[in-house]
Amino acid sequence: MLYIELFIQGLIQGSTYAIIAVGLTLVYGLLRVLHVAHAGLFTLGAYLGVVLTNQTGSLAAGIFLAAIGSGVVGMAIYRLVYEPILNRPPHVALIASIGLYIGMEELFRLVFGPFGLSFASAPLQNVVVFFDIHLRTCQIVTMITNILLLGILAWISQRTRIGIGWRATVDDPEISACFGIDPVRVRYLVFFMGSALAAVAGVLVALLSNLVEPTMGAVPSYKSLAIIVLGGLGNVTGTLIASLALGIIEAFGTIYIGNFLDRDAIAFAFLIVVLMIKPTGLFASR
Amino acid sequence: MGLYEISLATVVGINIILAVSLNLITGYCGQISLGHAAFYGIGAYTAALLAKIGWPIYLTLGAGFCLAGIVGAVIGLTSLRVREDFLAIVTMGVAFLFVGIVRQQDFLGGEMGISGIPSPGMTKPAYLCLVLILALLAILFSWYVKRSWMGYAFDAVADDEQTAKTLGLDVKSYKITAFAMGTAMAGLAGGLYAYYTRFIIPDAFGFIQSITILSMVAVGGIGSIFGVVLATVFLSLMPEIFRFINDYKLLLYGILLFSVMRFAPDGLAGFYKLLYKKRNLR
Repeated sequence: MLYIELFIQGLIQGSTYAIIAVGLTLVYGLLRVLHVAHAGLFTLGAYLGVVLTNQTGSLAAGIFLAAIGSGVVGMAIYRLVYEPILNRPPHVALIASIGLYIGMEELFRLVFGPFGLSFASAPLQNVVVFFDIHLRTCQIVTMITNILLLGILAWISQRTRIGIGWRATVDDPEISACFGIDPVRVRYLVFFMGSALAAVAGVLVALLSNLVEPTMGAVPSYKSLAIIVLGGLGNVTGTLIASLALGIIEAFGTIYIGNFLDRDAIAFAFLIVVLMIKPTGLFASR
Repeated sequence: MGLYEISLATVVGINIILAVSLNLITGYCGQISLGHAAFYGIGAYTAALLAKIGWPIYLTLGAGFCLAGIVGAVIGLTSLRVREDFLAIVTMGVAFLFVGIVRQQDFLGGEMGISGIPSPGMTKPAYLCLVLILALLAILFSWYVKRSWMGYAFDAVADDEQTAKTLGLDVKSYKITAFAMGTAMAGLAGGLYAYYTRFIIPDAFGFIQSITILSMVAVGGIGSIFGVVLATVFLSLMPEIFRFINDYKLLLYGILLFSVMRFAPDGLAGFYKLLYKKRNLR
């Protein structure tokens, strides 16, 4: 039973990583920028979610508005930060992004206070027993939401004109521009969707621990960078598999090698081992 | 100078060694490293442990220097396999691994760190002199490297690895040399830091510290010794100058880092070059 519980915990964690990392890998695929400030949008989403849920009294409204809010801020970040420095060497955008993230984290601390916020009355906390496995409703909701969102994302990218346009732009921006796809609009779209997904993940994580803190984005941000590298930078399917694998490895790793290695270091140990064997990640696309 | 100024100047000296050492790797040789604090930490822990069993200061600093350099050369091997963005993430991983491992080891003090590190065996002003002399040596050394044949080879590797290879440069050993030299110097800085605070915890060598070092290099202008030293002095003193806005210190730091990259990606050295138009930056 322990194994199954660990496995399920790993899946929940992993699918949350996936929702965060997908946006990151899409941005990388389009712009070749390591978007560290993505985690700032995750935290922003969590704060918006908690504040708005407390205001409106409805979790669904909170999640929805948080996603829109973070999405818009994400588009603004693209326009104001990345667009002007796209043809600089890669470290320029990376350091700018890290600076932006530190700034955002501090801003949250100054605006919302250092001790974090909680839901006024945390929804979905009752425990469900399922063949001897104890799960809270919010864990099940998290799982279902994540699967649903990834499903919608897959559908958009495979079946709609928008999605086909954006995949074409990732593949070859110049040729797709010749076919009348506006690369700038694709970038806005990707930043909006990626940031909105991160915001949803933020609200769900807030729901699981019933706490949002200014620093809650730090660990997911670095970990999701590790994940997108594992998945082969810019490769969406690879990112999904790497996220789930990491969630599960962490869940088991904490039990078996936890007293040798910190939980948060497991991801990077795994990453370094993989990159030594295969320098382009598990699922390199090019 | 009062005690306060002395301790401030010591910190500046240590930071100069750190920034100059990262500048060797990232500035000269073009290999981005987001895990420099790990080597700083290796030096600090080595010096602290050896000092506690009674080794004299020159041996403990030397041991930290060597151990950090050896580990750095091994990490340098990864730069042969992965490049640019991948390398940035791997070196970042090294930073997290270091802290993650140290936290869980009892003989390294775990979360609580190591306290009661013996004093360096000299007065505070004398220790400051030692730090400043070593910082000056680090600056001179990196200036010498820049002017040497190796400096030109580093430049070539940073500019265009393929071309450097075609020209018959041994790119691999240059990269590993850059890593070994830079990380060894960081190890030395770590040892000096351990004697300075006489109390070390793992979080002092975490990712934030790595970013702090990188920002000194980036704000100064990647590759420029003059700019990097100037930026290091400024950034190390900034928290003290802006003491009255202590609560907003990190916010200001983030904004500074961001705006330099956004509006003046060549850093302080860029302004200098603009003024004197000596030669174009890469």
